[in-house]
Amino acid sequence: MPGWVTDLFSNFWVSLGGKLLLVALMIPLVGMIIGFAEMKLSAKMQSRVGPYFAGGRWGWAQLIADGVKFFQKEDLIPADADRPVFKTAPILVLVGTVALFVVIPFGPNLIFRDLDVGVFYALAISSLSTIGILMAGWSSANKYSLMGGLRAAGQLIAYELPLVLAVVGSVILAGTMSLQGIVEAQIEAGYPFVVIQFVGFGIFMIAALAELSRIPFDMPIAESELVMGYLTEYSGFRFLFFFLAEFANMFTLSAIAATLFLGGYWLPGVPEDVLEFAGPIILITKVFLLVFAMIWFRWTFPRFREDQLQRIAWVWLVPLALLNIVVTALLKVIL
Amino acid sequence: MTANGSRRSLPGGGMLKGLGVTLSTMFKTIFRPKKYLATVNYPKVKETPVPRARGVIALDQEACTVCMLCARSCPDWCIYIEGHKEEIPPAEPGGRIKVRSKLDRFDIDYALCMYCGICVEVCPFDALFWSPEYEYSESKMGNMLHDMDRLQDWLLTVPEPPALEK
Repeated sequence: MPGWVTDLFSNFWVSLGGKLLLVALMIPLVGMIIGFAEMKLSAKMQSRVGPYFAGGRWGWAQLIADGVKFFQKEDLIPADADRPVFKTAPILVLVGTVALFVVIPFGPNLIFRDLDVGVFYALAISSLSTIGILMAGWSSANKYSLMGGLRAAGQLIAYELPLVLAVVGSVILAGTMSLQGIVEAQIEAGYPFVVIQFVGFGIFMIAALAELSRIPFDMPIAESELVMGYLTEYSGFRFLFFFLAEFANMFTLSAIAATLFLGGYWLPGVPEDVLEFAGPIILITKVFLLVFAMIWFRWTFPRFREDQLQRIAWVWLVPLALLNIVVTALLKVIL
Repeated sequence: MTANGSRRSLPGGGMLKGLGVTLSTMFKTIFRPKKYLATVNYPKVKETPVPRARGVIALDQEACTVCMLCARSCPDWCIYIEGHKEEIPPAEPGGRIKVRSKLDRFDIDYALCMYCGICVEVCPFDALFWSPEYEYSESKMGNMLHDMDRLQDWLLTVPEPPALEK
């Protein structure tokens, strides 16, 4: 790299701008890839062709066409809506997603900011979107939106707990809350933590599905009951924000799961000196495998009833996660 | 555990089975689309509709007697008929003058039609037929009103009726 380029990027503001641009480009890109994968894979799972027309082969431009369509639409705001709250809600939801990218380690040095409390930060910032969803539901002045928002609040609070408790096992094993440190601990241990933390991994993935309010946990937007839940009154690019946030959130939560349990950018047997270049590819491959599992679950399972959904969280996942913490702590002390 | 409690199966066994079904369907559809694909790439590949498909209603103007039964039986009043009487001079001098009805207008508004087929059923002179053609979408709503010449053209696409049972 020429000298003036490194000089330019050693400037704090330039490097900050560069990182922001990277994230801002990454979110629509990731959202489009996952959205397209969902369309195509769901079609195949149902013996359909799926999108094939836009862009020539395989309909690869379908999501671009969809995005353009959303921008052409009228930005409707209901007359009774609480306008400032209604307008900020989608931004808040997307901010929660963008902020998660900060702590995901893509390689030994490829991380936006390695926080000492990375895990804590990730879990705290991911619940920001809950507030956005509740705001959207409340400010729409629509009974379906309100019901959807309330359901979302009940569900996301219920599943926040197992999500946090499931992570604790990995934190105990690594002895640090920094996501970079957790990956390094897995490299040092020589195995991904899922080997010991398979219960934690399972609970984390179930809770992550619920946090994303995807099928089978899509009570907040249950189309057959609530039209579209808290999204009912949204149109145009505000709807696009929610849409992108959902798919980008799939990516970020899967990335955190991959980092905590599956070894992040590291793969057993890969020498450490190539991780700088191979790391991002390994991580993204793992993430897309997890995303595929999410898509697969969505097109296989029907929706849970509200009471079943709460029962799973409080009766099964929370005690299991607590037990997991106890057993992990005992193992850590004994071994 | 099953609902009646008589047979115990692995917990979550049904969920795994479901996952297996979707995954195997996915691979089958990806690798052997010819055999397993249930739908087709519509504008490029077309499915032939079954002979008795309710695609569009065709009119035989010669057979129509302007009896209006179809227009009156239509649930959403999408058939518009106008006609007048015509006098036909007697075949031999001194004979009786014949009067027959002449069709002036026979429109079906396919924007309204719900394809119930009551008009076809009720027609006493077999002037209305189902045709399996389905590609007549329009960019303007008004163009969905097919006049009697267009309905007459649809008659060419009506398949042969099945042979009568002996």
